[in-house]
Amino acid sequence: MSTETQNAPEAAAENGERRLNMIEAINEALDLKMSEDPDIIVMGEDVGYFGGVFRATAGLQEKHGKSRVFDTPISECGIIGAAVGMGAYGLRPVPEIQFADYIYPGLDQLISEAARLRYRSANDYIAPMTVRSPFGGGIFGGQTHSQSPEALFAHVAGLKTVIPATPYDAKGLLIAAIEDNDPVIFFEPKRIYNAPFTGYYDKPVEPWKKHRDSVVPEGKYSIPLGKARIVQEGEALTVIAYGTMVHVAEAVCREKGVDAEIIDLRTIVPLDIEAIEASVKKTGKCLIVHEATRTAGFGAELSALVTERCFYHLEAPVERVTGFDTPYPHSLEWAYFPGPVRIGEALDRILEA
Amino acid sequence: MADRPEQAAGKGANKPSLSLHVPEPTYRPGDPVDFAHITVPAAGKQARPDETCDAIETSDLCYDLVRVLGDDNKAHGPWDPKLDPDTLRTMLGHFAMVRAFDERMFRGQRQGKTSFYMKCTGEEATSISAAMALASDDMIFPSYRQQGILIARGYPIVEMINQIYSNKGDKLKGRQLPIMYSSREHSFFSISGNLATQTPQAVGWAMASAIKGDSRIAATWVGEGSTAEGDFHSACTFATVYNAPVILNVINNQWAISSFSGFAGAERTTFAARALGYGLAGLRIDGNDPLAVYAAEKWAADRARANAGPTLIEHFTYRAEGHSTSDDPSGYRSAQEREEWPLGDPVTRLKNHLIELGEWDEERQAAMDLKCAEEVKAATKEAEKNGILGHGLHHPFRTMFQDVYEDLPWHLEEQAAQAKREREIKWPGEEPWS
Repeated sequence: MSTETQNAPEAAAENGERRLNMIEAINEALDLKMSEDPDIIVMGEDVGYFGGVFRATAGLQEKHGKSRVFDTPISECGIIGAAVGMGAYGLRPVPEIQFADYIYPGLDQLISEAARLRYRSANDYIAPMTVRSPFGGGIFGGQTHSQSPEALFAHVAGLKTVIPATPYDAKGLLIAAIEDNDPVIFFEPKRIYNAPFTGYYDKPVEPWKKHRDSVVPEGKYSIPLGKARIVQEGEALTVIAYGTMVHVAEAVCREKGVDAEIIDLRTIVPLDIEAIEASVKKTGKCLIVHEATRTAGFGAELSALVTERCFYHLEAPVERVTGFDTPYPHSLEWAYFPGPVRIGEALDRILEA
Repeated sequence: MADRPEQAAGKGANKPSLSLHVPEPTYRPGDPVDFAHITVPAAGKQARPDETCDAIETSDLCYDLVRVLGDDNKAHGPWDPKLDPDTLRTMLGHFAMVRAFDERMFRGQRQGKTSFYMKCTGEEATSISAAMALASDDMIFPSYRQQGILIARGYPIVEMINQIYSNKGDKLKGRQLPIMYSSREHSFFSISGNLATQTPQAVGWAMASAIKGDSRIAATWVGEGSTAEGDFHSACTFATVYNAPVILNVINNQWAISSFSGFAGAERTTFAARALGYGLAGLRIDGNDPLAVYAAEKWAADRARANAGPTLIEHFTYRAEGHSTSDDPSGYRSAQEREEWPLGDPVTRLKNHLIELGEWDEERQAAMDLKCAEEVKAATKEAEKNGILGHGLHHPFRTMFQDVYEDLPWHLEEQAAQAKREREIKWPGEEPWS
């Protein structure tokens, strides 16, 4: 286990340690906010009676009633469109899109409506919604259960995009997202719902219960959107990642004994540019890691920002380790996934520069 | 037959050739027009079921045409809303105002005072008469051709013109294309350029009202062309599934820019009939009959308020003018269509009805038209003090960056600083943010 830099869960651990996986942390955030604010409603495909295909909404309908937690028709456009209307009324909907791969039918409502509503009405109407959606690969999900479409949303003015990497963050960030008055896309890396994944798919998975960031305090706390988390401090290079890839990058650096400073972005937009700048100026080297395809992925934006803002501190080219520019394959998942070999090779190149 | 498997090619050789049907409107520019194929039933002959009836009981009405005002200018039958003369005169006054407004704004665009305008000529009843049947705090999710609703709700026309001119008085800060109004105060939702997106939003608003145990309902307007969008299907599905207190108004004005309604599916069924497949109540009404529009909207509103469910209303009407100031309809339809349109003009029909009742005359009509024209003219002058498009009087430049988010994130702060520098270079010594 690398250096502890997160104090909040540690403090909580002393007051009776309670460890949750990411699903439980998300469920708890929803339950807690729904209990606190009667204007919050949860809707989506299979989220009601059944409690969600990933159990994220389990028990919520029974506790909060059918008019606040309910199943919807299979229509992502309808789900997001209805949520925009509910927001205009004054509710704070938290719709679920079952897989990020299926968010596209709702894109017009997200891009043309939710994202632009405050701007085009000059604050007359807002869309204070949080769209939760499982995302990312590493689960043999094939083409339509593995995608990472965060770059599409990062490109849309008016949307915020959040991706947690730990149970502690999942709860705190989801609470902050629900409380935020702007529309938030909340992507949940489903590969790490039940346990952190290191990318070493041929080795046993360690459960969340053994991870420092699975200590989740009871009650309310929130993590501000737009603030990155320094996973570990280091001197050799800066690794920027989010979601599952935080754990993969961390494991590879540990395996290779690299003294990396690892930044978990947590929020894609707005971005914690200060954390990135400070770190790269210190280390002089930068590796960006994401699962999404490479071309015009969010890594391109990160690479451009680092180059623009840290150019005179850079001692090596900024590198990107990403998924390949292909649809997500089924049988060749581990050849596609940006795992330890791809990251290791990039680390070697950068450190030798 | 490039994609046909080779061994199957022989098998298909003796079968008749298939052919693609591409709809074609009956009349093109220059054609003489005869609307005999449009069935116009006599006024007053349509049954009026109870508002709380099962949706299926509206089946016949989905293929009929609810009409109240007959050729004799009298109100007939069970749909007669029995409005008092004052209400009818108020309605006629809103008609006159929106017509005067459209006329002046269209001219304003031609004079270069703004970039764009859209008239609603011929469709005044579908917005004004409908809005008058709703409560003032029922929520409206309009498309872009319902300016009549704002006028019926008393939204100041100076504010409408400020928006059209994108001037410094524009409440939307010059961000929106002209006519894309928004007024929370008047329960009028922000208009979007993306078609039909407002339909599931209206359903969501109505669901929210039901979730909170409120008594308000929602109503949305969409053109027949836009019913082909997926959002409309989502809206109908959600409306039925949750029994949402919502009215879906489909304005079938026969034309979606240059495409006749056949391209939205009108050749083989009515738009009202779509309601039946979803389990919605459906009404098909004479959209140029102000009394029929009022009565149908009131019926649907009462139904929604009684928790009896949503309604889809097809307003059968005609877009008398071009689609917008950027459109010339003489390029795709016969100019004679407007004259021959069998349902007439909604303003004339209401006027004649009031005259028939002995509650109005041509002199008062002429005086009212003149008064409206003068009022719009005065409002235009008032708005012009705030500037016209492109003449420098607009909201300060920094407002461009506001309201993207609730607060300005760092990247917008940086971009705002860039915009400020650009202005300092171009106009040194002047206040860069003005």
